[in-house]
Amino acid sequence: MKNILERIKAGEILVGDGAMGTMLFRKGLKMDQCPEKLNLDNPMIIEEVAQSYLDAGADLIETNSFGGSPLKLAMYSLEDKTEEINRIAIHSVRKVIGESAFLSFSCGPTGRILKPYGDTEPVEMLESFKRQIKVAIDENVDLICIETMTDIFEAKLAIDAVKSFSADIPIVATMTFDPTPNGFFTIMGVSVEQACKELVAAGADIIGSNCGNGIDNMIKIAAEFKKYATTPIIIQSNAGLPEIKNGEAVYSETPQFMADKSQRLLDIGVSIIGGCCGTTEKHIAAIRQVVDNYNMDKNNS
Amino acid sequence: MSIFEELSNNLQAGNTEAVAKLTQQAIDEHKEPKDILDNGLIAGMAVIGERFKLHKIFLPDVLLAARAMYAGMDLLKPLMIKEGIPSIGKVVIGTVKGDLHDIGKNLAGIMLKGAGFEIIDLGKDVTPEKFIDTAEEENADIIGLSALLTTTMIGMKDVVELAKKRGLGDRVKIIVGGAPLSSEYAREIGADAYCFDGISAVETVKRLLKIT
Repeated sequence: MKNILERIKAGEILVGDGAMGTMLFRKGLKMDQCPEKLNLDNPMIIEEVAQSYLDAGADLIETNSFGGSPLKLAMYSLEDKTEEINRIAIHSVRKVIGESAFLSFSCGPTGRILKPYGDTEPVEMLESFKRQIKVAIDENVDLICIETMTDIFEAKLAIDAVKSFSADIPIVATMTFDPTPNGFFTIMGVSVEQACKELVAAGADIIGSNCGNGIDNMIKIAAEFKKYATTPIIIQSNAGLPEIKNGEAVYSETPQFMADKSQRLLDIGVSIIGGCCGTTEKHIAAIRQVVDNYNMDKNNS
Repeated sequence: MSIFEELSNNLQAGNTEAVAKLTQQAIDEHKEPKDILDNGLIAGMAVIGERFKLHKIFLPDVLLAARAMYAGMDLLKPLMIKEGIPSIGKVVIGTVKGDLHDIGKNLAGIMLKGAGFEIIDLGKDVTPEKFIDTAEEENADIIGLSALLTTTMIGMKDVVELAKKRGLGDRVKIIVGGAPLSSEYAREIGADAYCFDGISAVETVKRLLKIT
């Protein structure tokens, strides 16, 4: 199988998968459970999610390891299980997809705030990322997806952790932005321009944004990325922002709505389109169609 | 520039050492502790809150300013207790059961403390019983509930209901906040108020306690 970067370089647009959490909650994950603990307790569920997204046509399938850093797992006193949790996360997906899609290893924030603003030493955070990512490297994942970052220093530490094991494994790095009257910034104050410069300088191969916004804002964020990014761009939008109806979170953007809007992302020049919170296999299937049409038109022209 | 202005400016710049030094200096100059608090620390924190609300500054700036504020407050607290100066209100805060996200809750705590309230922070993943027990023991005026997840915010209702069951309904007001919440949701579960963000928690608590 070709490396993901080669396929993008050849001009192909790829489709990412959708939400993990949304699917897990639908399958009965309880609010006070650690989502990654399911890897130990019921990996069948993780396999089902991977199968749904594979069937929907995703080219990248993510692991259930978003909160799998020992610093994050420590909040549930599960840090001793770091290796096991991340290893099963990878095996569950590999078992389903084989080599038919890219296995994207998810790595989210530690939930800690770095000094001097917070109480965590950079070296402690780096070691935490290294312990998690070592499992991914040992298990031969196809790429590492560092996501939902708001602090550029934390994102860079995660990239550094990957680089400490491998010079050439593809790295995706995405951050979560909020709309402000002065443009898009993460809550830690990182602009899209700064994210582009620093993530690429640290060694990310594909950069972009995930979570925090519905697709209309993501189109604006993508346009901003296009101005500054020197790498391919990935966008994984929420299906809108959650609204509570009858005690349940409802995301309002339908598969068709997001798929139609994805055309705008393609026009801007985004290379990978996937989904985040609230998206399901139906959203991904709808986006797949739009992307297929686009890839076909491009080949014919 | 008055020493109060200097305190406020250094607090806004997140200069912890200078704030501690200036607070001590003001104490040594026999300025009233309440004036140091109100005109120095609280004044500075109000500017920070406003600028954060307008997206002129971001979380790191607020966290640094908060640390500077605490450095000053630590020096003032023993004096205020000695002189019997009461806080303007007591607020128990925490992130509800099952939820480990505490940025919003911490921000509300910082801003409320920065407005002169006494804060009892129960941390994350707090059970309804813990909220209500603490509010009773501490004779609190307000309980502040935070949640980031749509799956955990549903548990806020349990706290409101337990407060009613335990007869705290009239005495303690419950406010709720967090990204997935809305004022409709607060009404639906019977909370007394919804706070759009940590900053607006100050206005909300003042309104509920009729503090002007």
